[in-house]
Amino acid sequence: MSDDTTGDDTTGTGAPAENKPHQFERLPATADDRDVPERATREGVVEFWQDRYGVDPSVWEGYTFWEKGAGKVWAFADDLPSPVEVEALGMTFLRTGGEHWKPTTDAVQRFGRYATADDTVIDLSREQATRFLAGEDQELDWDGDWGYLIVRHEYGGESVTGAAPDRADSGRPEPIGVGLFLHGELRSQVPKGRRRDL
Amino acid sequence: MPMTDGIDDPGDVLGRYEPLVDDVEAFREACARPLPAVVRVNEIKATPDEVRAGFEEEGIAYESVDWHDGLLRLPDGDPGHSWAYVHGWVYGQEEVSAVPALVLDPQPGERVFDPCAAPGSKTTQLAALMEDTGLLVANDSNLGRLSALRSNAERCGVSNVVVTKSDARNFSLKPFSEGDEDEPFDRVLVDVPCSCEGTIRKNPDALADWTLDHVQGVAGVQKGILERAIEMTKPGGTVVYSTCTFAPEENEAVLDHALANSACDLVEFDLPLESRPGVTEWDGETYDPAVERARRIYPHHNDTGGFFCAKLEVTA
Repeated sequence: MSDDTTGDDTTGTGAPAENKPHQFERLPATADDRDVPERATREGVVEFWQDRYGVDPSVWEGYTFWEKGAGKVWAFADDLPSPVEVEALGMTFLRTGGEHWKPTTDAVQRFGRYATADDTVIDLSREQATRFLAGEDQELDWDGDWGYLIVRHEYGGESVTGAAPDRADSGRPEPIGVGLFLHGELRSQVPKGRRRDL
Repeated sequence: MPMTDGIDDPGDVLGRYEPLVDDVEAFREACARPLPAVVRVNEIKATPDEVRAGFEEEGIAYESVDWHDGLLRLPDGDPGHSWAYVHGWVYGQEEVSAVPALVLDPQPGERVFDPCAAPGSKTTQLAALMEDTGLLVANDSNLGRLSALRSNAERCGVSNVVVTKSDARNFSLKPFSEGDEDEPFDRVLVDVPCSCEGTIRKNPDALADWTLDHVQGVAGVQKGILERAIEMTKPGGTVVYSTCTFAPEENEAVLDHALANSACDLVEFDLPLESRPGVTEWDGETYDPAVERARRIYPHHNDTGGFFCAKLEVTA
């Protein structure tokens, strides 16, 4: 399993000849439709989010998925003729290839709210969340799954002045990023450029 | 002629605009007063209520902006280091710069173009107004600025944006069209590079290197960008032209050129801020009377930066 903390790097090196690294190609619908071997499929991507994180497939109804560089999948809210040569198409979304696929920080922050699984979504205390955001690894009691987890904390709910009356109960769990849980330790996968000391 | 204390304006550029403003002293005084930090709530990720609650939780002081629920003034400065920022719930943006996207009023599912997009404050606002659906093409010509645009769009969770790098004056619709026929945009936000005089309250050296040559040079670029934007918009579609300069050469003169050479009309629109009509005479030139439908926003009327905004309807 990769322990790559540069996580969201999409510059792409070492792509095989079948992949043209400067252009985006829409993922084939299913394995039967693909002409580049090993390439992820739309079906596979939707299944991954459902099986691992409990994201309902309806979330992706308007979306198309694209590859730029081997294994680097982008999610786009619309569609375009494929292939297309542009700087960015929607957002960096998922690293496929290898045994364990890895969502990006952008994807988890944007779509993590639709995750309903309880063994791959972990809620941290504020103190733990602060360490996670700073890029620190931490020992953690966790009975859920190992591998890449969606890491959240409660934020934005405890209105002191009553300025936000409909949210006075508690914060909503807000995703921060991806953590790799292995051997009792949560390893922060927040990319270097996104880490903060709060 | 009086210069303005507190700002670096060796050529007295502000003095140039005295004939245009109603209260010269108030205008100069406002230009010399720094602006408070302002953030816009990124409604792709959070509501204004959630952001207010988050700020309170983090002990970040804020004040509401009366004309827009999604803008918050921060008397203690920009919270770059805050959970609100980390989560992409807010974007630092001067309040007057939130105006043109509201005037463009893009709808969910539409095809929208932002030819001069970096660093992305207006792009991310457009995406939120479109509810992160449809097609938003965000272009810039400069690679360094594009990287800022991309990182801002990513932090805001924008997924309907396509980022391109090209000269907006000869932008190609080909990648965005099925078949041989170019598919036009519904709306375009032409927020052009300009001499930026209106940002003097944020950038005290904005006028330090001002030259008329630069104004005239950039006006040529502006005309080219607006002309191409109108060409790429469908009949009945909307183009908004905006700058942060007071210079009529970069504002009304550019509109006058478009009215004479492109298939468009200027249309009236409402603004939630106090504003003045476009000017029809400047420096010996006269402009099409329709340029009065454009709006000038001066710093002393709403205690904001300076801004210029016009709404055009494409006619063919």
